[in-house]
Amino acid sequence: MTVPVLSAQNIGKSYGSGSNRFDALKGVSLDIHAGESIAIVGKSGSGKSTLMHLLALLDNPDSGALLVEGTDARKLKGKEVNRLRNQDFGFVFQQFFLTANATVLENVVLPLKIAGVSPRERKARGMAALEQLELADKAKNKAMNLSGGQKQRAVIARALVNNPKVIFADEPTGNLDTATGAVVEDILFSLNQDKGITLVIVTHDIELAARCDRRIFIRDGLEDTAARPTGRRSAGAHA
Amino acid sequence: MKFIDIVKTAIANSFRSKLRTGLTVIAIFIGAFTLTITSGIGTGVTSYINTQVSSIGAADVLTVSKTNDAAASGTGPAPYDPEKATTVSLGNGSRPGSTIQALTTKDLEAIKDTKGILGVDPSVQVTPDYIQHDGGGKFELTVNPTATLTTADLAAGAQLDNDSSTDQILVPTTYLDTLDFSSAKAAIGQTVTIGIRDFAGTVQEVPATVVGVQNETLLGAGAGLNQPLTDRLHDIEVDGAPEASSQSYATATARFDPKASEAKITAIKADLADQGYASQTVADQIGSFETVINVIIGVLNAFAVIALIAAGFGIINTLLMSVQERTREIGLMKAMGMNGGRVYTLFSTEAVFIGFLGSALGALVAVGVGSLVSNILADTVFSNLPGLQVVQFAPSSIAIIIGVVMLIAFLAGTLPARAAARQNPIDALRYE
Ligand SMILES: Nc1ncnc2c1ncn2[C@@H]1O[C@H](COP(=O)(O)OP(=O)(O)O)[C@@H](O)[C@H]1O
Ligand SMILES: [Mg+2]
Repeated sequence: MTVPVLSAQNIGKSYGSGSNRFDALKGVSLDIHAGESIAIVGKSGSGKSTLMHLLALLDNPDSGALLVEGTDARKLKGKEVNRLRNQDFGFVFQQFFLTANATVLENVVLPLKIAGVSPRERKARGMAALEQLELADKAKNKAMNLSGGQKQRAVIARALVNNPKVIFADEPTGNLDTATGAVVEDILFSLNQDKGITLVIVTHDIELAARCDRRIFIRDGLEDTAARPTGRRSAGAHA
Repeated sequence: MKFIDIVKTAIANSFRSKLRTGLTVIAIFIGAFTLTITSGIGTGVTSYINTQVSSIGAADVLTVSKTNDAAASGTGPAPYDPEKATTVSLGNGSRPGSTIQALTTKDLEAIKDTKGILGVDPSVQVTPDYIQHDGGGKFELTVNPTATLTTADLAAGAQLDNDSSTDQILVPTTYLDTLDFSSAKAAIGQTVTIGIRDFAGTVQEVPATVVGVQNETLLGAGAGLNQPLTDRLHDIEVDGAPEASSQSYATATARFDPKASEAKITAIKADLADQGYASQTVADQIGSFETVINVIIGVLNAFAVIALIAAGFGIINTLLMSVQERTREIGLMKAMGMNGGRVYTLFSTEAVFIGFLGSALGALVAVGVGSLVSNILADTVFSNLPGLQVVQFAPSSIAIIIGVVMLIAFLAGTLPARAAARQNPIDALRYE
């Protein structure tokens, strides 16, 4: 068996200290292999985003260990962590996080700009990513003038532009209507199938979770091994 | 992120909240404007004084007078001593109405014997009654007492020659019209007549050749006479006067080795002071004038710097607000692998850019306004001081001002920039 891209070993995370201390994650283990799609499912406040942030090296676990291709993340230098964030990971968020008064293209090439890619190449690669998401005609529009679905496509284009190995998506369809959400889902799964990009999707939507190769259920900061409802609709799982 | 991209992004960011940036820029503008104007006045006045000083060639001359006992002790007038006091009353450089301890022939000998002094000449001042050219009208003639010592700022002709046997005069440009010369050039070589009264009150006329025409200067208005002409006029003035007054002088000029070091000059001055003589080099005389101007400019600069420090707090405030506003964006950039150092550079660059904008605009407008005002003043208030441009701008000092303001801006930016660099990407992604 190959070395997992990311391997969480009994990781935990607490917020605050003293009487305010809150254990958001109480020890979760998880292996993510290259090319698979995995859903992190759970109710609002269960610790899904916390887990995803730890997996994406955006935060450090308080207990347990995270291995990146077999290497303990604590041993990685800051520079290497930044390289991983920039080159190997792509992020898609529920709230988009686009700079409102910058153009769509400027938003999309931000990771390339951070990587120090030349303006000409930035433009070429940015346009290629936008074409892939059928947004090329909106390249010069201001991000704020896009519809919700267009915004999320722009965000996916931004996540794609550096040809990442893993795309982390936190509630990618949470702010979209059902039809638009379905389009965005299709795009993400086609990236997974056609390009072999590993998908880590945080969601409380059981249908979206069902489309993934694998699901991990989180409940109050722990993996909920009992809850593996196959095909059962989750009613009122939303916050 | 490449540096050029950081700079571009920083500039774009600073224009994002135009009002806030604009207000901060205005604060910096005011400081930089004031600083540029005051430094311009400093440069203008100093350079004018320097041309005046360099026109005084005699760096090897001390003006010597007797130390005034009363003034030196500071306890009121000294008791009258008929043995010591010789009041200069006539034609020897005294100010009317003042009692001066005059230098006598004995004093001149003593000064001459002082170590380091090569020669001494009593300063004589003559007060002619009129000047006349070619049978035209008679006009009052003011004599510049320092003319024999100085090198004039010439409009035409040549300097006075003290060793010449001819009687030479240097007329100011302002005399040309009155004396009916068509131009400065036309006056050169012409003969004018100087009228002067002897001790008995009879007017005698002395011809003199115009050798040059000089621009008016700060250090003494009036015509310059060469030594032979001065001597001739002085002889007429004291003709028939009692011995004592003809042989006492308010001041004398003592020459020393032109190559003498600063320390040597100081030693000579100390030596003279011990013997009861006050002495000043030309540089001393100019120096005290410059000190006053430097103090005034220093005070103005202090105000400008205070304005800039206030502007620095404006920068801190502006950037802290930006950092707060852009929490999400900073977090996103960090999540995308931008390191803290670059985030820091991004915000400091924005601070430096705001500083540059304010100071460059301030300096530019100051140069424009200063030059305009200076030209207007040169044509009106200072029209009788040719060559005086009150406000002058040295590119180097403008560069220094802009540089200093940018440094202040950078320092002001460090606090917000650090706040930005330390932001956690998670905080941005939690933002809802
Ligand atoms: N920075 C924080 N400080 C304090 N508590 C936090 C912080 N971030 C998250 N939490 C808490 O941790 C728990 C898990 O949060 P999160 O991982 O965002 O849940 P989910 O994504 O499943 O909705 C929640 O109860 C949340 O309130
Ligand atoms: Mg969440």
